Amino acid sequence: MEALLETVKSTLGMSVTESAIIANEVIVAVPAAKIVEALTTLRDHQSTKCEQLADLCGVDYPERPQRFEVVYNLLSLKHNHRIRVKVLTDEQTPVPSVVGVYPAANWLEREAWDLYGIMFSGHPDLRRILTDYGFDGHPLRKDFPMTGYVELRYDEALKRVVYEPVQLTQDYRNFDYMSPWEAMTDVQLPGDEKAMKQKSGYRGVDRTEGLEDVIKKEAGHG
Amino acid sequence: MAEALKKQDQREIKPYTMNFGPQHPAAHGVLRLVLEMDGEVVERADPHIGLLHRGTEKLIEYKTYTQATPYFDRLDYVAPMNQEHAFALGVEKLLGITVPERGQYIRVLFSELTRILNHILNITTFALDVGAITPALWGFEEREKGMEFYDRVCGARLHANYFRPGGVAFDMPAGLADDMWEWTERFPKVWDDLSTLLTENRIFKQRTVDIGTTSKEDALAYAYTGPMLRASGVAWDLRKSQPYDVYDKMDFDIPVGKTGDCYARYLCRMEEMKESLKIMRQCLTQMPGGSVRVNDYKVSPPPRAEMKRSMEALIHHFKLYTEGYHVPAGETYTAVEAPKGEFGVYLVSDGSNKPYRCRIRAPGVMHLQALDFQSRGHMLADTVSIIGSMDIVFGEIDR
Repeated sequence: MEALLETVKSTLGMSVTESAIIANEVIVAVPAAKIVEALTTLRDHQSTKCEQLADLCGVDYPERPQRFEVVYNLLSLKHNHRIRVKVLTDEQTPVPSVVGVYPAANWLEREAWDLYGIMFSGHPDLRRILTDYGFDGHPLRKDFPMTGYVELRYDEALKRVVYEPVQLTQDYRNFDYMSPWEAMTDVQLPGDEKAMKQKSGYRGVDRTEGLEDVIKKEAGHG
Repeated sequence: MAEALKKQDQREIKPYTMNFGPQHPAAHGVLRLVLEMDGEVVERADPHIGLLHRGTEKLIEYKTYTQATPYFDRLDYVAPMNQEHAFALGVEKLLGITVPERGQYIRVLFSELTRILNHILNITTFALDVGAITPALWGFEEREKGMEFYDRVCGARLHANYFRPGGVAFDMPAGLADDMWEWTERFPKVWDDLSTLLTENRIFKQRTVDIGTTSKEDALAYAYTGPMLRASGVAWDLRKSQPYDVYDKMDFDIPVGKTGDCYARYLCRMEEMKESLKIMRQCLTQMPGGSVRVNDYKVSPPPRAEMKRSMEALIHHFKLYTEGYHVPAGETYTAVEAPKGEFGVYLVSDGSNKPYRCRIRAPGVMHLQALDFQSRGHMLADTVSIIGSMDIVFGEIDR
């Protein structure tokens, strides 16, 4: 894999901004402006020869200044390897479309636009693809609630399907199961303070104290 | 008269726009196809998908890894286990665990059973689309038998939830292996029957030969995978090129088509069923004993019996089914050769008990995308053949 990463880096030249090998898979990041050039090179160069665009998708990291990652998963049938190319962007900046390099990117870019609101410049037909006609919002963004904003039903009086604001009979509950079960010891969970110190009533043991302190205190009380 | 004819010729004929579906038996589910027609000839096909969109990827982000597995059954509901396989392999890769050999054999065995069941469904419904009813009647009986094996191994006929990260949910019940072996002995007869009905059938050939032909280059550019790619003459199968589980120990061939039309796709699928049968038989003979999932209670639940005696085991069980296990931060794109093509899962983990992102790469999306260029210049009825030969299931396309 290291060898492949070196090949990819040397093929793409200076345009690689970051690179990594995670889980034995080669990942490179390139600037958004250079994506078309980079993918064309990876497709045509003898040493990489990625004939297929296996997948294209977005990932959302709202806390970053450039919140979206566009991930291109390439596959070479000739050399039997996979290369992952990443591009960073935000809500406003469009990414150049790669439909000219891989025709398969057409629907995949439409999907990334639909679900994340990532814009692709030069796309022949950037319509929504998975959501309903006239849908508002981009549902796979992290700040889009899982329950959505609208629900639809068939209205008997109007004889058509109508949209209404979503009404939940029970509030959506996001259970937080995180616990200090495994390697999460630095988390203060609600309820933990009960086991620490109590002002009145039963004299609980202060877990932050050492054992000697406790014995000393007990002796003093006695 | 000549003048009038000339005038008529110059009149601009507007293409006729036709709406095909979403409720149409030949659309294989909820496909809405907007066709621009010049008489009977298709000039442009614009598939509208998403009518079965359930937001699987969004839902998985809010579920633990254990709870995410059943969603994969509901994507391509004709081949549930292969998709669980992709997810399980991806999670295992991030966790860095290896499944015990028996678990791997069981997974391969059921993946191949699923492939046969999927191909039976596709071939028979494809035949139904082009006018043959008998294959569907004969094939579905066999599918039912296969689904009984599903039922016996995991308790469900369709939505199995059987492959889990770390192995499979349960070991095979006693006697199942023998019954499956018996089935593999009887199945070639059914295969022959199906083949006699279709392979040399004149009407079937008239409807499929030279329809929707895709060249090697187009097949690669449009990211075809699976039987669609192989029918176009590209020898590529992830089971051979990037083997997972025990596929590297199996002896099987990859049927490759020559013409890239609907008929070649049919032939590829027929031959693949035979190869799958070969793999099933090898699995049944070579399968070793031992445990079927990893022995690490931080990932896979402890056995029932132990929970009755051991407090530790009980706690592990409780924690696994409430909090779930934490997957180390990282990302992976893991793909398997599902019956329809390359089914990939792009998992991003942030170290918590829920996937940060779980992208599902369904093979059908790419195939349906290419419907436009495949059906241009063909008749309307040929579009139906092309859709049939693509093996479309909307669960996976709309996700």
